[in-house]
Amino acid sequence: MNKKNAWSKNEKVFLGLLIPILVLFFCFNTLPLIKGFYYGLTNFRGYGNYDFVGLRNFIEVFQDSRVGHSYLFTFKYAFVMTIAVNLISLVLALGLNSKIRGKNALRGAYFVPNILGGLVVGYIFSFIFTYILPAIGEAAGIEFLSNSILGSTKWAWVAIVIVGAWQGIAMNTIIYISGLQTVPEDVYEAGMLDGSTGWRKFKDITLPLIMPFITINLVLCMKNAMMVFDQIMALTKGGPSQSTESISYLIYNNGMSGGQFGFQSANAFIFFVVIVAISLFQTTVLGKKEEQL
Amino acid sequence: MSKAISEQGAVGGKLANRIINILLVIGCLTIAFPLYMTVIIAFKQPSEMTNDVAGALAFPKSWSLSNFAEAMEVTDFWRSLGNSLLLTGATVVICILIHSMAGYLIGRKLAERKAFKAFYFYLISGMFVPFAVLMMPLVKQTAEIGIANRFGVIVLYVVFFMPMNVLLYSGYLTNIPKALDEASHVDGAGVWQTFWRIIFPNMKPMHATVAVLTAMSTWNDVMTPLVIMSGTDQNTLPLAQLNFQTQFGTNYNLAFASYLLALLPILIFYVICQKQIINGVVNGAVK
Repeated sequence: MNKKNAWSKNEKVFLGLLIPILVLFFCFNTLPLIKGFYYGLTNFRGYGNYDFVGLRNFIEVFQDSRVGHSYLFTFKYAFVMTIAVNLISLVLALGLNSKIRGKNALRGAYFVPNILGGLVVGYIFSFIFTYILPAIGEAAGIEFLSNSILGSTKWAWVAIVIVGAWQGIAMNTIIYISGLQTVPEDVYEAGMLDGSTGWRKFKDITLPLIMPFITINLVLCMKNAMMVFDQIMALTKGGPSQSTESISYLIYNNGMSGGQFGFQSANAFIFFVVIVAISLFQTTVLGKKEEQL
Repeated sequence: MSKAISEQGAVGGKLANRIINILLVIGCLTIAFPLYMTVIIAFKQPSEMTNDVAGALAFPKSWSLSNFAEAMEVTDFWRSLGNSLLLTGATVVICILIHSMAGYLIGRKLAERKAFKAFYFYLISGMFVPFAVLMMPLVKQTAEIGIANRFGVIVLYVVFFMPMNVLLYSGYLTNIPKALDEASHVDGAGVWQTFWRIIFPNMKPMHATVAVLTAMSTWNDVMTPLVIMSGTDQNTLPLAQLNFQTQFGTNYNLAFASYLLALLPILIFYVICQKQIINGVVNGAVK
């Protein structure tokens, strides 16, 4: 026998200890994924008998306008969130990384929103959107604000972005700060001699050096935003007239209690494929950008 | 010449830093305002909530704890808190024990054996699977085998956080020299003893990171207990806010007292372990 390929006793022990963990992972991660695909092939309503319907659900997911809207909403939300959160976080991180007083206290304060649960934060903001903002709008004579934006099909999604950003900025800022700390001081000093200050300094020195952190933040932020659920549960429950229904919320709402178990299973599986595609796209595109440096 | 430039830069820098400082403090108001509002409303009586903003945001006439007492009763606070502590505590402990071992087992053989490399990528690929995708099959599955309860939620958390934590642990393993394993083997210890006696204690910094990340995600999670424990009458702290929303009605003072109670444990925890929490979050994201 080829000696190189034979497993040593030590390796067999490693394998023996690892297999139960892999089995556990398979049972509650891979197996439900396969089952989800299987349910997607049926007209199961969540209870009672069901029949196979082939790929009908998977085709109908693409034709269903409610599913289409939820994808549009989720992409719009994720896109706006990713841009807004990263811009604000980067500016905040630059500020919090400069020579200021009470630096640690300020950093600690700006991180607080991240530790709070999205649902309760959503409820608190719900009161602000429903009562505080309209009252201010009325007092200041701004008609746009005098009705709750949560009741507007056109603007309710902005409320969800605001709450999501309030929490997301905290996380991304702290990551950008740790990125800025990796830039050695003498690089700036060398740049200063070359006359690069202000915007030039930021664009030519800081930005390229913290590129890996930008990648992390873009990927993290996008991923979290694609899964948005808690804020919607607290603020709008998908309304008004389904204008803020995210994919996760639609799967939960219609799959669990709307009698669309089979159909939403197909939707969930397609959602999974979309997430994988986005993740692969992000890592290859952003990975290439990093290599160029 | 260059000295003059840098001096000029320093003077300009000082003023700029002052302005930045002031702006940052003002910016903090966006963080403080919702929290201030929560505290103020939680202590007030409904009769003090006049229709204008000032009425809602002014200090209460007397700082009464009656809203909190009522909120505790309505939301079954102590039992919800107990459940949250149980779920988070058990998940963190089991995750550290199992995931560190999985990280060790996979990480040590990653470069040597193709099979272990395949296992590694298999586990890591789990990061691509959002809970919403697995939700419906998992609800059926946990009900079928009779674990649609707190135990089931813990099992799901342990599986769900496995990809991330194994990635962190196996990455950290490069800091622990293989010579330690070999020395232990020479002393006659097997793989099991070597791991628990030598490797596990050496992974301490990563345990802290994993504990923080796992605890934060578990404590604030709504979706998993919402769908898995819906058949039981058990709540977690966030879930209680959702389930008792109708009972708050228009009594915002009661609702905000309840929200504040739900936020307090993690706020207290943050005040005590702020440094560890921030380090944990940064380590988890960057590695």
